[in-house]
This record gives sequence, C-alpha cells and structure tokens, in this order.
Amino acid sequence: QKVSVEVLEHLERLALVDFRDAEGVERLQKAIQFADQLHEVNTDGVEPMDSVLEDRCLYLREDDVTEGNCTKELLENAREKVEEYFVAPPGNIPLPKLEEQETFLQGS
Amino acid sequence: AMLRASLRQVSAALKEGRVTPTELCQRCLALIKSTKFLNAYITVAEETALKQAEESEERYKRGQPLGILDGIPIAVKDNFSTAGIETTCASNMLKGYISPYNATVVQKLLDQGAVLLGKTNLDEFAMGSGSTDGVFGPVRNPWSYSKQYKEKSVPKSHSEDEESNWVITGGSSGGSAAAVSSFTCFAALGSDTGGSTRNPAAHCGVVGLKPTYGLISRHGLIPLVNSMDVPGILTRCVDDAAVLLGSLAGHDPKDSTTIQDGFKPFELPNLTDVSKLSVGIPKEYHAPGLSSEILALWSKAADLFKNAGAKVVEVSLPHTPYSIVCYHVLCAAEVASNMARFDGLEYGHRSDMKDSTESMYAATRREGFNDVVRGRILSGNYFLLKQNYEKYFVKAQKVRRLIANDFVKVFRSGVDILLTPTTLSDAAPYTEFIQEDNRTRSAQDDILTQAANMAGLPAINVPTALSERGLPVGLQFIGRSFQEKQLLTVAKWFEKQVQFPVIQLEEVKRHDADVFQHQKSASFS
Repeated sequence: QKVSVEVLEHLERLALVDFRDAEGVERLQKAIQFADQLHEVNTDGVEPMDSVLEDRCLYLREDDVTEGNCTKELLENAREKVEEYFVAPPGNIPLPKLEEQETFLQGS
Repeated sequence: AMLRASLRQVSAALKEGRVTPTELCQRCLALIKSTKFLNAYITVAEETALKQAEESEERYKRGQPLGILDGIPIAVKDNFSTAGIETTCASNMLKGYISPYNATVVQKLLDQGAVLLGKTNLDEFAMGSGSTDGVFGPVRNPWSYSKQYKEKSVPKSHSEDEESNWVITGGSSGGSAAAVSSFTCFAALGSDTGGSTRNPAAHCGVVGLKPTYGLISRHGLIPLVNSMDVPGILTRCVDDAAVLLGSLAGHDPKDSTTIQDGFKPFELPNLTDVSKLSVGIPKEYHAPGLSSEILALWSKAADLFKNAGAKVVEVSLPHTPYSIVCYHVLCAAEVASNMARFDGLEYGHRSDMKDSTESMYAATRREGFNDVVRGRILSGNYFLLKQNYEKYFVKAQKVRRLIANDFVKVFRSGVDILLTPTTLSDAAPYTEFIQEDNRTRSAQDDILTQAANMAGLPAINVPTALSERGLPVGLQFIGRSFQEKQLLTVAKWFEKQVQFPVIQLEEVKRHDADVFQHQKSASFS
C-alpha cells in the first residue's frame, strides 16, 4: 500500500521538512516496508520499554535557581533579534496549500 | 615515537619532564596538518590548545599537575558542545554555531587539564555508519595509507593511484577514530547510539568503548536518540580507555538520566587466570553477510579463552535479528522529536524566507538538513502519527524489551561476558561504500552493535588482527550493566593475547624523523 498524498502532505506539515522529490517519497515507502518486519514478532503480554533505567528513580533536584543571567550569550547565536527578543516572521499563517508548494508529491 | 605512546606512557613522560605539554601539543598540531588529507578534523583549535598546553606546563613546573590527563592532547567529536569553539554536527544547520557552554564530558576533561586539539568529523548529526555523509566530506581511514594495506593492494594499473583506493573509517565517529589511529591525539570522544563508536574503532584498529547507558553524562551531547545515546571513548589501548572512563563517569545533576550510584575510578588488574570466567558466544551474531575471515577470527578468539581455561558456551539472543528494525523505528521517532529544535530562531542556520514563521521554519530545515536527516525526520513523524503509534512506535518499544530481556536471561544463566564480532567485514573502499544508500548501509553495519544500545549495556571493540587486505578487524565484548571493570579487565587480557600490530604510516615516520633532528631526549622503550 502506498502512502496517500494526504498523509504525505500532513507529514510535511508536521515535520516542517519536505520530501523534496519522488526519491524522498520512495525513501519513506521503503522505511515503512522495512519497519513492517516488526509485526513478525509476537509481543503479546509484553510491556513497552521507554528506558533501560525504568527501575530507577530519575534524579530530581530542588526547584532553586542555580544558574541563568546569560541572556547576552544566548542571544549571540540568533540571527534576528531586537533587544532581548528573538524575532520571528508573522505567525498563524498556514503553509501554502499543496498545489502552491514546490513539492513533487503530485508526481508520485 | 612519543606520539605513538599510550596515554599513560606519555602522561608519565610529562610528569618526569621528558617532554613538555607545549612540545606535545605542537607535535600533535603539526601531525594534524600533515595528515589533513584524512579529513578527520572539522575544526582545529590551535590557539586555545596551545594556551591550555602552556597552562598545563606551568602546573607541571610548579609540581602541581591536575592529574593523569593534565597536558594530554585529546579530540572531541563535533556533536559535543564546546564553548567558544564551533560545533557543527557536520551539518549546514549548525555551521558557524558557537555554543555558550561545554558539554559536561568536555568540561570534565578540561578541568583535568586535558588539551582540546579540535573537533572531529562525523556523519551529519551522527546518522550513518561510514563518516561519509557530513557536509565537510568523508573521513579517510588512516590504514588506507599504511604499509600494511598498500602491500596487500593489487595495483590495477599505473595510472590508478591510491586516491581511489582509500577505505572508509566506519561511523559515525570516524573522525575521532581516525584521529586516535593516526596518532594526532591520545584519546578522543565519540558518541554511540547504534555502534557509532565501536564500528569506526574496529575499522581503524583502535579501542572503542561504549559505556553503560546512564554512566556518563549526555549533557551537551547533541541528542540523536535520548534513550540510547552515550558518549563513547576511543583510545589506542584498553588501559587508556579505563583512564578516560575514570575521568568521565559519574552522576551529573545536569543530566537526570545519569544514575546516582557513586562511581569509583579503577585501575585494571593484570588478569592471568581466566578459569573462573564464563564467556558466551551468541549464535545469532553469526549474522548474514559476516565475512568468513571474521568468523574464523571470532572462532579463534573463543578457542583462545577455552584453551586458557575459561568456560566458553554458545548462548542465544533470539531477538537479535529484529534489533535493526526496532532501532529503525525508535531512532526515527526520537530523531523526529529531537530535530524539532532546529528552526532557525534561536541558533543555527536561518533561512531568508520571511513570509511566515512556518514557512521560515520549513525553508530553514530544508536548507539545513541533508537527505538522511530529513528522511529520518519524516519516517519518524510517520511512525508517530496517531494511526501508526501503536502499530509501530509502541510495538518497537515492546520488541526493545524482548531484546533487553534476552540479555538479562543470558547473564542470569551464569555468563559473565559475551564475545562477538564488531563488524561484518573489514573497511570497504569509499567508492564501493557509497553505492548503497545510508539507510541500507546502516542497517547492515549496525547489526552487531545495535542491540547493546537497545539494552543499555556496556560494550567494547578490541582490535584483534589484520584482514587479508591488511586492514584492522576487531572483536566486541558485551558486559553486564555497570560492570565496566569486569568488561575492561577481560578486554585487556584479550588485547595482551592478540598483540594487534601498530599501524605503519609514512607521515608519522617522517614526522618523527623531523622532530628527532631537533630534540635531545625522547625515546621510550
């Protein structure tokens, strides 16, 4: 079963990364095919494992401020900033629809 | 000969004044320059290294060195944050990025006086098993230029020079492995998520240690798979790896996935009696594609233990064949999450696109990531979709438990340590390697190393012998959780038995000769 164009579009939106071309889409198809081998394994009654340290308590420290005051250093790496703000282009504007995008999804 | 010494030997030399930190640093920097064609280093921090060496020298003069690592030149994989020194992860996304802080492991090394020579090359964001997929180009295995390899290669024609014949380092910590293998540093940090320290260690003929998950802090290691990543240690001998481990292990309040148990650095005993040792040989590690050469070497190693009185038993880790598929899903899922931080806003590459936040993010990521990274992000997002979550992500987590349980069962049955091959074959020529795509390659090459990451267990590559092509082949030991002392003790015993040959590199010889003209005392026995 091939991945539908709707799902491909949805993925590009979620990932904010593009497939770029038919090869990119094919790469996903192959990845899914490869992953399907998992279903050969019988996992009845098996709990999912999040971490190998699941039997231990993670370290939690006291909620005290121990470091900070490094605004200047942190802002140094940003390209666009104003005073102590990171500057982003206007938000709440959805990505252009599929037909207007430069992706090759139509061809796959 | 100084550069070919072990870390402990050169440390003793520093202490005794037979060499100074600045001399040592200068020699390493000079050798880095003359081995530039290996492309092992992305950034060489010449000025800061010399400054660190000078400070170390002052301490030695006062008779107050900080410890065994004081003045020792080391290299760090370029996915560890280093304050003031560019950290790129071999990606356009982080070109020019200068971290405001040091990774904990880097800080620990610097606090002990180590001299940071530079940042080493890798596959982009540590995704790959060849160190061929970074934006700074591939790393060349120093053994490509060794007498041992050249002797064995059949010259195809007069016009065909060694340029086309060079072999890969393996990956993704190829730069670090190459740096240690070519004597430009005495130890290097790598990272290991699916074998990324052990694989290049095997191909470059150096010791590659993957510690137990939770032993060494990941703070500052740019994450790939948070539940599997560990910092890796690359050295020329097992004793040196123990030294590095001693300096790096232990709880870090900045990484809550480090265990809180106290860690005591140790010196490795010289094991002479292995009769109480039980070595397991997992039959599933006789994987498809395993070269007959390595199979024979593995068998020979098992016999070595047997003849020395150890108990050697065949064991089974039945879910081994599924570890790659499981990794494929879990890795992609965690990557999809981890790579979300790269949006151009706070750091790293930022696209000129300004129509909207979303389009800026999308363009930035389009411009900054290579195909491999983008591919994993997209697959990861696919596996995490609501309709796929149970089927793929949770399923993979269940398979992970089965893989981890396989090891638990075997270790519970009285086996102390497992002996397996590290790679399927010796290093491939670059031209051959790039014919297959990254995912296929990783899937093939990680098969012997990946399961240890699934289960969080410590594992080490020990260089064992040269292949018929004159290239290094290593074998792997996998130990129980947090039993690095036992793992390294056995590895050291094995290292002593096999007496892996020293690489014979023209550059190093030439370099030694030049240096000897200028100095009075130098030799080691």
